[in-house]
Amino acid sequence: MATVPAYTPDALIAADIDAYLAQHQTKSLLRFITCGSVDDGKSTLIGRLLYDSKMIFEDQLAALENDSKRVGTQGQEIDFALLVDGLAAEREQGITIDVAYRFFATEKRKFIVADTPGHEQYTRNMVTGASTADLAVILIDARKGVLTQTRRHSYLAHLIGIRHIVLAVNKMDLVDYDQAIFDRIVTDYAAFAESIGIAGFTAIPLSGFKGDNIAAASANTPWYGGPALIEHLETVTLDSEAAVVRPFRLPVQWVNRPDLDFRGFAGLIASGTIRPGDAVRVLPSGKTSRVARIVTMDGDLEQAVAGQSVTLTLTDEIDCSRGDVIAAADAPPQVADQFRATIVWMDGEPLLPGRAYWLKTGAGTVSATVQPPRHAIDVNTLAELSVKTLSLNDIGIADVFTDRGIAFEPYADNRDLGGFILIDKITNATVAAGMIDYCLRRSQNVHWQSIDITREAHATQKNQNPRVLWFTGLSGSGKSTIANLVEKKLHALGKHSFLLDGDNVRHGLNRDLGFTDADRVENVRRVGEVAKLMADAGLIVLTAFISPFRAERDLARSMLPAGEFVEVFVDTPLSVAEARDVKGLYAKARSGTLANFTGIDSPYEPPIAPEIHVDTTRETPEAAAERIVEHVLGIWAPVL
Amino acid sequence: MTDIPTDRLTHLERLEAESIHILREVVAEAERPVMLYSVGKDSAVMLHLAKKAFYPAPPTFPLLHVDTTWKFRAMYDLRDKAARDAGMELLVHHNPDAMARGINPFDHGSLHTDLWKTEGLKQALDHYGFDAAFGGARRDEEKSRAKERVFSFRSANHRWDPKAQRPELWHLYNARKAKGESIRVFPLSNWTELDIWQYILRERIEIVPLYFAAPRPTVERDGMLLMVDDDRFRLMPGEVPVDRSIRFRTLGCYPLTGAVESEAATLSEVIQEMLLTTTSERQGRAIDRDAGSASMEKKKQEGYF
Repeated sequence: MATVPAYTPDALIAADIDAYLAQHQTKSLLRFITCGSVDDGKSTLIGRLLYDSKMIFEDQLAALENDSKRVGTQGQEIDFALLVDGLAAEREQGITIDVAYRFFATEKRKFIVADTPGHEQYTRNMVTGASTADLAVILIDARKGVLTQTRRHSYLAHLIGIRHIVLAVNKMDLVDYDQAIFDRIVTDYAAFAESIGIAGFTAIPLSGFKGDNIAAASANTPWYGGPALIEHLETVTLDSEAAVVRPFRLPVQWVNRPDLDFRGFAGLIASGTIRPGDAVRVLPSGKTSRVARIVTMDGDLEQAVAGQSVTLTLTDEIDCSRGDVIAAADAPPQVADQFRATIVWMDGEPLLPGRAYWLKTGAGTVSATVQPPRHAIDVNTLAELSVKTLSLNDIGIADVFTDRGIAFEPYADNRDLGGFILIDKITNATVAAGMIDYCLRRSQNVHWQSIDITREAHATQKNQNPRVLWFTGLSGSGKSTIANLVEKKLHALGKHSFLLDGDNVRHGLNRDLGFTDADRVENVRRVGEVAKLMADAGLIVLTAFISPFRAERDLARSMLPAGEFVEVFVDTPLSVAEARDVKGLYAKARSGTLANFTGIDSPYEPPIAPEIHVDTTRETPEAAAERIVEHVLGIWAPVL
Repeated sequence: MTDIPTDRLTHLERLEAESIHILREVVAEAERPVMLYSVGKDSAVMLHLAKKAFYPAPPTFPLLHVDTTWKFRAMYDLRDKAARDAGMELLVHHNPDAMARGINPFDHGSLHTDLWKTEGLKQALDHYGFDAAFGGARRDEEKSRAKERVFSFRSANHRWDPKAQRPELWHLYNARKAKGESIRVFPLSNWTELDIWQYILRERIEIVPLYFAAPRPTVERDGMLLMVDDDRFRLMPGEVPVDRSIRFRTLGCYPLTGAVESEAATLSEVIQEMLLTTTSERQGRAIDRDAGSASMEKKKQEGYF
């Protein structure tokens, strides 16, 4: 049994405890992760760090000596690995099966170590442990050099955005502290690191077992002039400090409303600095205000910085709820609903493209679907693989669509606003971790501009309630004819209206669209958006489009406040419409010169419960129009 | 206006911010959260953080003390005062079964903890329908705790499956669960014992006076120094309580909690003693010795906090 000195506390503790405490009140905090396989001596290294920083007590040491004799793998020597291999199952198998967190402190810093396993099947654990780390210690067995798993760990650390990599070349004692071996490993690793975009790393020759270059420079490696491991960990720059100089972002976690006089927005500042009086913008609404107070139980603050949990009050009563982001008014993050993302799948049940999952980011949770992956990445070879789905521990690139816009930043700029998890809606399991690479072109750079004249104001000025009368039916059913009559009647009654006609819109706005199913969907989506804008302007909008698919009509309905969408089904049997054939289109379709014609070789899905049903075989256009106007006027609530 | 924080936050400021974030997240997502309050120093810190998290409102959840009727009297005093000061509802649960059977630490050994605490906790959570419970456990306390998540998911019968834990990334906690399932949440996961003491010092948090040395009636038994806190303490033949200057490093049921002889009567003296001492904190507790090294892991799987 090696003689291990017992715990020797800092002399200052006994001499002047208050001075010691004052010194330790101002420590900073570094989180790091250790990566390596079972055989690299990772647990031993962590045990050694705990031991060398005096975190091991006499009773623990006694238990350790006891355990080392019983189940240790180091013969009569103390097996430091036993300090950290926690769960009973692991002891039996001699492996680490999950992320464990360890703590130690030096005079300069407190450290939180995420200890994660190196097995391939536990990619998810390493990604989990790395997600909060500032630094990664990649362990290499000096006898083995750079292995596949070294590349895998380095890739994952880099993927998760860790900027400080330590290459810990361990077990130097077993290669006689040979500089040539160390140098060759460093050269090999440097070539690989550069190839995957790691900007720099610090290589340290050490022995966790013997303690070389852990707490202090080792006499066994006189050729090494760099820092010992602990010294390096004490001095490396913290990511959290870098976040302070970025623009201000506060994901709102909780709206604090103890009474009608106080409305505070609470959250953890993701980046930047804030002071009372600073102009802020609330995303996604885009509304602006100023910070009134930074409220804490210890009194108001004059300034708060990234990493603090605060409660802000604003000078204006604006809408802001959980999931919104309060940001610097002059440098707000983007709002988008479509992203390119890197996804790490973490569940036994594979990704189902198109299925709706909960996506949680910042403080907000939205519904999202993942498109089929563009490709997956082989973590060993870094090759791009063509895949249809993602399974446990797969990493892939895919597009993610959310059901509403969220404020975000690319993950590379901000982990809190760029990282997300996906949650299965049925099992509630966390099935994936994702990192936003960028938003897709279509939704990029579109900020919601806050407007002072609201839709209510527009409607009030016109003395009417906005409506969208959505006429649907086969070609030649009489939609345009009836819509036209309705609009004339509304106009005569002094109502402000606009008729969007299918044929007319296809000459302009939708000139680029054809008649495939996909183009029909897009045609209706655009018309729905235009109708919504016009309704926002206070108008009564009439649309006359075949709009054959139920889903797209429902989409248009969902864009509007409840009650504003009035579906008018102009119901004319195909035989009647075809017999009328006002534009000669049915003849063309039957002769094959016009493809994808609704009713002939493209389906029409009739409404199930339209607000108004017009049977044109029983009712004249004039009578139908009169009934529609009466119906619409009849259900109009008085203007506020 | 108070002091302006520098750009560089200290480790205590970071730990505080992280814990407050966790507390708020649970209140935002859970339907019926509760804070398990054991009156110890960790509970005191957790309660203090809750007050900070929701200031100027009081915390919106109740405190729950799963009592064994065998705690130190000083703990009951502080418990009631702390709840009052915080403006929070205090729920106290006694396992009626343990009560009826007269389960006590003298006659029933580990059954005492099992029935009063483990079963009592499950009963209370089920009775009130709490779906999220804050606990003051720290990862540095014990090996199996080191692997537990901040949001620790429990099945409908309160079991913990260490191999089926949800991955926990960034500051994103998944609090979703099915009806009947619950989560235990540990806002102090990343605090160490020294952090707790430093924070108590910095924030001037009131803790049970038993943490400070004072002359108290004691007997020595099985290598442990026990305090005779009330007349239910069964003295063995020949045992006579002796006044010794003692204090406690952890607090539990008084007949099961070992004291240390000490002169440390102030907070900095206690911290000094803690740093100079050479044995770990839980050493004074009988619970960890029960079944060898896997003891705590086993208890947790069964639903112990």
